[in-house]
Amino acid sequence: MKLTATEIEIAEILEKDARLTNEDVAKMTNLSIEQTREIIKKLEDQNVIVRYVSLVDWTKIDGHQGVTAMIDVKVTPKRDVGFQNVAERIYRHSEVKSVYLMSGTYDLSVVVEGHSVNEVAHFVTQKLSTIDGVISTTTHFVLKKYKHDGTIYDSNDKDKRIVVSP
Amino acid sequence: MELKTSYLAKHVRNLQPSGIRKFFDATAGMTGVISLGVGEPDFVTPWNVREAAILSLEDGYTSYTANAGLPALREEIAKYIENYFCVTYSPDSEIIVTVGASEAIDIALRAILDPGDEVLVVEPCFVSYAPLVTLAGGVAVIVQTKRENEFKVTAEELEEAVTDRTKAILICSPNNPTGAMLSKNEMEKVAAVAKDNDLLILSDEIYAELVYDELYTSFAALDDTRERTILVSGFSKDLAMTGWRLGFVCGPEEIIKGMLKIHQYAIMCASTMAQYAGLEGLKSGRKDVKEMRKSYRQRRNFIVQSLNEMGLPCPNPEGAFYTFPCVESTGLSSEEFATKLLQTEKVVVVPGNAFGAGGEGFVRCSYATSMAQLQEAMTRVKRFVDNL
Repeated sequence: MKLTATEIEIAEILEKDARLTNEDVAKMTNLSIEQTREIIKKLEDQNVIVRYVSLVDWTKIDGHQGVTAMIDVKVTPKRDVGFQNVAERIYRHSEVKSVYLMSGTYDLSVVVEGHSVNEVAHFVTQKLSTIDGVISTTTHFVLKKYKHDGTIYDSNDKDKRIVVSP
Repeated sequence: MELKTSYLAKHVRNLQPSGIRKFFDATAGMTGVISLGVGEPDFVTPWNVREAAILSLEDGYTSYTANAGLPALREEIAKYIENYFCVTYSPDSEIIVTVGASEAIDIALRAILDPGDEVLVVEPCFVSYAPLVTLAGGVAVIVQTKRENEFKVTAEELEEAVTDRTKAILICSPNNPTGAMLSKNEMEKVAAVAKDNDLLILSDEIYAELVYDELYTSFAALDDTRERTILVSGFSKDLAMTGWRLGFVCGPEEIIKGMLKIHQYAIMCASTMAQYAGLEGLKSGRKDVKEMRKSYRQRRNFIVQSLNEMGLPCPNPEGAFYTFPCVESTGLSSEEFATKLLQTEKVVVVPGNAFGAGGEGFVRCSYATSMAQLQEAMTRVKRFVDNL
């Protein structure tokens, strides 16, 4: 798929801040509101903009801290479908937040979120490792998120400039 | 014992403090202020550049460098100038690394002016130009650009101000505070005036990388103009390095030699760790500049349209990160507008007359501020204008 420079720019703008109104996006790109709306609709229709999400820092909320685990999974690929089948069987679970096929020493990288270590452990031992084709799993628990999706959590990057300068 | 007379020199006593200071003081202690009054990027210096300075300290590079600056840095500057400005300068004899572009302008003026020599200062402009001319013993002859020309100076306006004492034209394009940028064609006309009257062009090109619509042309790159151009630039705006105080100046060997004498006695050399940082900035190909430029462009489009919609007419600035809307329709002077806006809506803008008398009727709004802040600022300014 090929997009125009303007279409790409709008995708980038909304990727940074999805809450900008069509009017503001139109101003930023020097387009009419109508043109802007059309481009955004096209991006949505073609699944270039897949979804609008908020980045929530749940660690701030008591009782909602939860745990995140990154699990390295080794898989026996199947004839004709390769890793696809196993990946599907993994990502259908709602506690699985992402699944990537990796180069290197293991095959699938799976990110799982749960309320507790127990819950994640249960998922790994009962659900994940029992899937046909899964050879082994290595589970790493996330201890602290410093930066996620390009955003620094708890950054103290306040504006340090003096208020007026020539 | 009480002193009866001031020890201050007359010309220093007569020097007016910058009008910007007043607004800085007025904001002291206020909370919830959104500032569009800042003449520097809202980005922090890219991490690789900061890291290079830290590493230079770890490695113990804490002594003086050559007066003209680290040879490696001058070489990178020469390469960069050749690539981006399309002019060649010898790193050995035609480039000095300075303490910001400000120092470069100061020592250039001190190097070229005999007492009473005149410099054409194109206004509105950066606050230091005319005072620096005065401090160098010269006479600043103000050339006022006009709103109907979108604050671009014309050959006629310059020609009219030339006398037999005129030695140089001091010009900044893209301009602070108006954002106006001369096209190549308009620059050629300015260069022709310089040639006809045998003047130097002291060209402050600090915003050269922050242009949004057209390709940038340097005065030094115009045909037959390099030999009468002193090209001033630096690292502050495009690499977001304002606090490092690092600039450079390129020019014909004879002038650079003269400037180097002043630089070596007054300054010795620019800060060594800043020079290592600048070196990394140039070597890493300024990859962050592209992203910054894109972001500034979007913000410019946003603020220009917003100001125009609320009845504060504002041409589209082609460079730098300033807009210069006209506030005459409000019936307020620049200072009244800025003061009342600060008091009622806590938004800081700088009155246009701080940049020269010709800026009266305008205010400078910097868009080097996050989109979220700009959105809020525009909401507040609109409310302020609507309630007048």
